[in-house]
Amino acid sequence: MTLPNAAPAALPAATAARSRRGRRPVNAAAPSHRGDARLAWVLITPSVIGFLVFAVYPTLRGIYFSFTDYHLLSAPTWIGFDNFVELIHDGTFWASLAVTVYFVVIAVALTLVIAIVTAAVLHRVTRSTVVRGLIILPFLISGVVAATVWSWMLDAQLGIVNSVIHAFGGQGIQFLTARQWAIPSIALIHVWKNMGYTSIILFAGLQTIPPSIYEAGRIDGASETSMFFRLTLPLLRPILALVVVLNVIGAFQVFDIVSVATRPPGGPANATNVLQMYIYKKGFGQFDFGYASTMSLALFAMLIIITFVQMRLLRASESDNA
Amino acid sequence: MSAAVAPSARPAARTRARTRRRTSPGRVVAWIYLAIVIGVTVFPFYWMLRSAFSNNYAMIADPSSPWPVGFTLGPFERVLGIASPQQSLAEGGSGASVPILHYLLNSIVYATLSTACMVFFSTIAAYAFARLQWRGRELVFSLFLAALMVPGILTLLPNFVLVKELGLLNTFAGMILPTALFSAFNIFFLRQFMLGLSDEVEEAALIDGASRLRVLFRLTIPMTSGPIVTLSILGFIGQWNDYFWPLLVTTDPSVQPLTLGLAVFKQSSPQSQPDWAGLMAATIVAALPMLVLFLAFGKRIVNSIGFSGIK
Repeated sequence: MTLPNAAPAALPAATAARSRRGRRPVNAAAPSHRGDARLAWVLITPSVIGFLVFAVYPTLRGIYFSFTDYHLLSAPTWIGFDNFVELIHDGTFWASLAVTVYFVVIAVALTLVIAIVTAAVLHRVTRSTVVRGLIILPFLISGVVAATVWSWMLDAQLGIVNSVIHAFGGQGIQFLTARQWAIPSIALIHVWKNMGYTSIILFAGLQTIPPSIYEAGRIDGASETSMFFRLTLPLLRPILALVVVLNVIGAFQVFDIVSVATRPPGGPANATNVLQMYIYKKGFGQFDFGYASTMSLALFAMLIIITFVQMRLLRASESDNA
Repeated sequence: MSAAVAPSARPAARTRARTRRRTSPGRVVAWIYLAIVIGVTVFPFYWMLRSAFSNNYAMIADPSSPWPVGFTLGPFERVLGIASPQQSLAEGGSGASVPILHYLLNSIVYATLSTACMVFFSTIAAYAFARLQWRGRELVFSLFLAALMVPGILTLLPNFVLVKELGLLNTFAGMILPTALFSAFNIFFLRQFMLGLSDEVEEAALIDGASRLRVLFRLTIPMTSGPIVTLSILGFIGQWNDYFWPLLVTTDPSVQPLTLGLAVFKQSSPQSQPDWAGLMAATIVAALPMLVLFLAFGKRIVNSIGFSGIK
């Protein structure tokens, strides 16, 4: 009687879609569908061209490039696994991977914890669009703008953050210029920029949970905290899985903030030389496209594996609903 | 409880809950938490404004004043290139100017063209997947969906090579093409909506002799205008803020968007005593169109972001 779709007013299309698809084959021969095939191919031609030329072809070509010596000016020459051997012995690559993983762990963990708490608090306290609008503001600006503003605020001598730390009697921090602080600072900027977006998606997910569940919980005497862990988190799991995957993929490809906020980009002394930055430097600094492609392929493979593992761990397709 | 009862039952439950919870200490803690989150979120925007209206020299002497130091429009005049070199140097600028209005124009062209193409091509493709019957439909659709699962990292370098081979480096066409034609997410999103539309109106129009194309443009697209606007807004924000792809395919300032212009401005400012006031004025110019868009469509943006996640 009460399917989970009793509450989520947000999903009418998906539900309707399901019921409509079941009916589809019945009117397959309807006269109104004569000539559909030709029109359909006309309508999808731009997308098919885009798909083949700018998605499929470059993917295959990227894999090919990673087995070649290619410096852009002359044609690529096949060198088998040489790039991969070089990659395994490339200390800079492993350092770069370590820096990236360090960044991803801090950035994603902080983003998720703050976003989940914020979404849950919003959900229990207010439905105001203004509040959600303020929280989402950083999503609207580019990583370049965010990085510029924060490098001013985190400036070691004149930045307001250090002024505040001094006011409380603390020691000033060399946020973007000290090796040990550079990645945490970049992660801070990243969290500031992405937290709001993530929490609004989670908030929308929370709204699909029927309020009656909380009423029932309260009648049973559950506290807000225990309801958060026993009801909210399990019911939110499918959307949480999506959000985790999107955040990890996004964080692994961080580039804008590093490129603008650190000097030289990736510095100090390679402390923020994240993978995307290293790929960029190899490809567009040294024009070593073969090797840069090999690294892209490695990053690509890692992302696919991580995504797959996460989906398995979070059992994304099942919800605890019902 | 049934679907029909739920919406009417909810407001009543909410008012009841509100009166009961008004004084609870948990609610106070929750609001304090929200206030802190909002404060941290919004403060950098205030700091941008405060610094952009300051005299750069005076601001360096008094870096933690909460108000603009030596209020002046100078930073904006420097950024827009209407300050005289003497005035600029007197207020702590570098004396060099950035053609920021030109970058702004490029961003408008880039973001508008690519969003318009992307949404239009996605819409007509979504119609073919949702409303037309043809052999291979499910196969092509699942191939498209597979593209949604694949991170774009691998395609960046080869796409650069392709654009270079096509002779499209430093052109708007080269910047736009890879995103303009095909967007798996948009097609998927719009198809979902079109599947949900009742097709009785369409059938009636077809029986009255309207062509399929006419139905598409006169009926289906207007009925899908909500999600189309949503995707346009999200697409525009994404393209406006794009940095990496334009960085790869453009070196010529005459086509570079604002993100690149700002990054150059930031990276080329002197290491000691950069023109922070000027930089903040430039970030405001870069962020302003998005903030205006936000004031106009705020509610829609907020709701569509949540919605796009659920899909």
